[in-house]
Amino acid sequence: MFQVRIHGRGGQGVVTAAELLSLAAFEEGRHAQAFPSFGSERTGAPVVAFCRIDDHEIRTREPVSEPDALIIQDPTLLHQVDLFGGLRPDGYVLINSVRSFDELGLGQWVGGFRHERLLTVPASDIAREHVGQARPNAALLGGLAAFTGIVSVDSVLVAIRARFPERLAAGNAAAAEACFAFVEREIEAPAHA
Amino acid sequence: MLEQLEGSRAVARTVAMCRPEVIPAYPISPQTHIVEALSAMVKDGELSPCEFVNVESEYAAMSVAIGASATGARTYTATASQGLLYMAEALYNASGLGLPIVMTIANRAIGAPINIWNDHSDSMSQRDSGWIQLYVESNQEAVDMHVLAFRLAEELSLPVMVCMDGFILTHAYERIDLPSAQQVDGFLPAYEPRQVLDPAEPVTIGAMVGPEAFMEVKYLAHVKQLQALELIPELSAELTRTLGREQHGLMREYRCEDAETIVVALGSVLGTIEDAIDELRERGVRIGAIGIKAFRPFPLEALRGAIGQATRVVVIEKALALGIGGIVAQNVRNAIAPSSAQVCTVIAGLGGRPITTSSLCGLFEDAVADRLGAMTFLDLNTELVERELERTRSARRSGPHAENMLRDVGAIAAGPV
Repeated sequence: MFQVRIHGRGGQGVVTAAELLSLAAFEEGRHAQAFPSFGSERTGAPVVAFCRIDDHEIRTREPVSEPDALIIQDPTLLHQVDLFGGLRPDGYVLINSVRSFDELGLGQWVGGFRHERLLTVPASDIAREHVGQARPNAALLGGLAAFTGIVSVDSVLVAIRARFPERLAAGNAAAAEACFAFVEREIEAPAHA
Repeated sequence: MLEQLEGSRAVARTVAMCRPEVIPAYPISPQTHIVEALSAMVKDGELSPCEFVNVESEYAAMSVAIGASATGARTYTATASQGLLYMAEALYNASGLGLPIVMTIANRAIGAPINIWNDHSDSMSQRDSGWIQLYVESNQEAVDMHVLAFRLAEELSLPVMVCMDGFILTHAYERIDLPSAQQVDGFLPAYEPRQVLDPAEPVTIGAMVGPEAFMEVKYLAHVKQLQALELIPELSAELTRTLGREQHGLMREYRCEDAETIVVALGSVLGTIEDAIDELRERGVRIGAIGIKAFRPFPLEALRGAIGQATRVVVIEKALALGIGGIVAQNVRNAIAPSSAQVCTVIAGLGGRPITTSSLCGLFEDAVADRLGAMTFLDLNTELVERELERTRSARRSGPHAENMLRDVGAIAAGPV
C-alpha cells in the first residue's frame, strides 16, 4: 500500500488533490481511497487530505499517520503544523516553493530522510501560468507522478479532465504536465541538491 | 459499472435510481453533499417526477416527509446530528403512522461541545423511535443498503434509517459498483402504499388513541418491526442475486469460525477492525468480528448463534450513554446467556477521534489476555482529564471543561485565557 498525505490551506484544492490522485489510481485499475481530515474549514486554515493506493481492497479507515509521500502545497505551514510527522524513512516530500529545502530552513527537519526524495517545485508559479490562479494542486500531482511513479502523468491528466469543466481542465492538465517535466529535469540534474 | 466516487454522490445517485417522488431536506454537515446532489438532479430533470422541497428546518423536513408519504409518494430525506434531534418528535409520528420514509443519517456527534465529526451519538439517540436502523461498513454497502431500505420500508410500511459514518464514508472517494437502473427497477417495484390519504376514498390516519387501545397499537408496532428480522435476510438474498454481490442481511461474521474472542461493532470501523483481526490471526490468536447491520430491530437470536461458544465479546461502540456506558453492549448482553461469554464495552472514536489499527491490536491483545476491564475508553487522554479534575478540585469556579482542556492541548478556545 502506498499512502500519501497532502497538506495545504483551505481554498488551495487539497481535498480535490486527494480525490484526483485516487481517480488517477482508479484509472490504472488500482484500489484507491481518498478522504479529507475536515476541521471547521475556512479559507486559509490548515487542511489535510489523504490518499491510499493498493492492489486490493482497502479496508482501514484511519487517517494516514505513516505516509510514503507528502505533498506540501503551502510552505508557510512548515512552522505551524507537524508536517513530517510519521513520514517513512524512505518517504518522498514534495513542497510547493521556489526555494530549496535549505533556504526554507528545513535542513534539521529532513536530515534523516533520503536526500534524493526531497524536492521543491514552483507549483504556484506553474499554476499561475497555466490556470491563471495560484492553485497548485494539479501541478503538484504531475510532479508526484514524475517523482514517485505511483501513478502515470497520463492517468493524472485523465483524472483532471474527468473532474473539471473543459477550460479549467485544460489549464490544470497543462500545469500538471509542466510540473511533471520540471520534476523529471530536477531528478536528472538536481539543482537544489 | 465500477466508478471512483465520493460516498455521498454514490448514495445520491442510488437514491435517484430508487425514484423518490418527494425529497424534503435541510442541509447539515456531513450529510449536505447527498441532498445537494439530489436537488441538482431534480433541477436538471434527471430525477423526474420528483419534487425537492427546500424546507426551513429538519423539523419541517420530517413533517413534509410525513405528509408526502401519507399521500402515497415515495419519500426520502437525509440528516445528521442536531438535525436528527430536531426531527425527534416527527420521527415518532412517521413510525407510529407506519410511513415508509427512507432517511440517510450521516452519523455525527452531538453537542455540546459542538463537534461536526463522526460518531454514532445521533442515530443511537433515536434507536427506540420505531424506525428500522441499518448501519453500513463501506460506501458500496451504503449504495446497496439504500436499495434494500426502500423495499424493506414499503413491504413493512415502516420508516428506515440507513446510517453511514459522516466524513469517513460520506466524504471518502473509493471504488464503487453502482447498480444499473434496470437492476434497481427489478428489485424495487413501484410503490404500492398499504395506506394512503386520497380525497376520493377519505380515511383518517393519526387519530387519538386512549388507554383502551394504545398498548395494543404499540404492541403491534413492536411485532411489525420484528418482522424485519425475517424480511431483511430474505431481501438480502434476493438483492445478492440481483446485484451479483454478497449482501449480509442482519449481520456479517468475519473469521468467527473457531474464535474464542469476538469483536462486535457497527459501521465503518469494521474495516479497520478486520485489518487488526488479520494481524492477530497471523499470530495464532483465535479472534473474529461480527458487524451488526440491523441494529433495530436487534437481531438477538442471530447474534446469539454467531457468538456461539466464544468466551469473550468485545463491543466497540461510537456512542456513550452517560451514566451507564455502552448502548450496543447492553443489547449484546441481552442476546447471550449471562453465564456464557464475558462482555467488555469499549467506547471509541467519539467526536471523530481516529480509531487506529495499532490501538485496536493493543486492545485485542489486552482482551485475549483477560486484561480488559468491563468498560474501556480507547485512547483516552487520562492526563488531560486528571489535569482538569485537579483544576476543578482546586477552585470552585475553575472554568468550563471544554475550553480549559482545549487550552491544555494547545488548541484555540474562545473566552479569557
